[in-house]
Amino acid sequence: MIQSKDLLGIKELSPEEIYHILDTASGFRDVLSRDIKKVPPLRGKTVVNLFFEPSTRTRISFELAAKRLSADVINFSVATSSVTKGETLKDTALTIKALGADFLVIRHSSAGVPHFLSRLLDVSIINAGDGSNEHPTQALLDLFTVLSSKKKIKGLVVAIIGDISHSRVARSCIYGFTKLGAHVRLICPPTLMPPDITNLGIEVFHNMEEGLKKADVIMTLRLQLERQSKGFLPSLEEYFYLYGLTQERMKLAKDDVIVMHPGPMNRGVEIESDVADGPHSVILDQVTNGLAVRMAVLYLLAGVKK
Amino acid sequence: MQKQLLDSSDIKRIIRRMAHEIVEKNKGIENICLVGIQKGGVILAKRLASQIESIENARIEVGALDITFYRDDLNTKVEQPVVKKTDIPCTINNKTVVLVDDVLFTGRSIRAAMDALIDFGRPAYIQLAVLIDRGHRELPIRADYAGKNIPTSFHDRVEVSLDEKGKKDKVSLVNVP
Repeated sequence: MIQSKDLLGIKELSPEEIYHILDTASGFRDVLSRDIKKVPPLRGKTVVNLFFEPSTRTRISFELAAKRLSADVINFSVATSSVTKGETLKDTALTIKALGADFLVIRHSSAGVPHFLSRLLDVSIINAGDGSNEHPTQALLDLFTVLSSKKKIKGLVVAIIGDISHSRVARSCIYGFTKLGAHVRLICPPTLMPPDITNLGIEVFHNMEEGLKKADVIMTLRLQLERQSKGFLPSLEEYFYLYGLTQERMKLAKDDVIVMHPGPMNRGVEIESDVADGPHSVILDQVTNGLAVRMAVLYLLAGVKK
Repeated sequence: MQKQLLDSSDIKRIIRRMAHEIVEKNKGIENICLVGIQKGGVILAKRLASQIESIENARIEVGALDITFYRDDLNTKVEQPVVKKTDIPCTINNKTVVLVDDVLFTGRSIRAAMDALIDFGRPAYIQLAVLIDRGHRELPIRADYAGKNIPTSFHDRVEVSLDEKGKKDKVSLVNVP
């Protein structure tokens, strides 16, 4: 079923593989609701979290997922490592391999780093975000969250709002939702739209009122605040005025719409507080589901023949 | 080569006998919970439960246990694991839990099932009921209630098909040369 020893991106997965991961995740979701939230399948395995970019929630989620599977975890963050002493990526990776790691969870600001490492090492590589390319476990947890609350993905209208061009979450979600048969709409300012993206079989809107109409799922992306200083946006206030998700705008979507956000949120920039905390929000479910999905990924990759 | 060993009326009689044995050994059904091991044990557990209920005229708890995460062959198995539902309907602390499976072979599933079960609580006793005991144990495990002992060679397959109603029950032995 799962063909590769690595999870590099959603682009590389078939719909069957995606469903297999989601089914397995639902088993782990049950485990997480028990008194004893730990199971033994990764006993004796070592997971290394190698993060070249700051991250709290993804790293903690992977760390906890590995621990719930009884693996040992080493966190390797760049600020405190020998990378600051000038070590190359390749040497860092080979060192980690020599320590006997079985999994390498990597986040890096350059697209393609996980792919490079996967050719170099026989350990399982899991992409935890590479530049503006992909963030596959985020998309898997989004798919899982939608599937849990809507019971299906095919045919749903999924609106993704925000900075599409710099968002690896958006890219992974576009692959994931289109592969499973959802209709994906992107809503964003023209300056934050990558030029080639309509090739992926989606609709693009620059207007919230049109884009949100009859949506089943709304996903707001985090606006990376430094974008404003780079001239992509006139001001954050204007962004909120044009693209902020407000209760008023929510009325355009279906009555049972769900609202998602990959976090961390900028309240009052991309999303209104009342929406983030409102009855349609599944933002905290996403966090719990993220744990289950990452457990599923680690567990299934451990079973792939190398 | 496939040979049918038991048909639906054989299996019906076996299940009835096992139900009586469970009631007899435990002197009634107070504090007993049946837990079927996914996938083959779940229907058998339900069938045993309804038989026991008709003998004793009282309700008995039935659950399902998925042991995928407790197996010891994640790295050696050819096919990849598929997770099924775990549903333990009652607290198992201080209860007698009867684990139910269709075929007892190496005993490794039972080892995994006991580990899985103990993560839910501390049963007073764990007993084991299986429809078919085919031998070739690799661990020191035996069944408290065995429907039928069938001599097999290690590479044979025992195929058990049970349904809720018991209409199409069948046990066959497939020789793998």
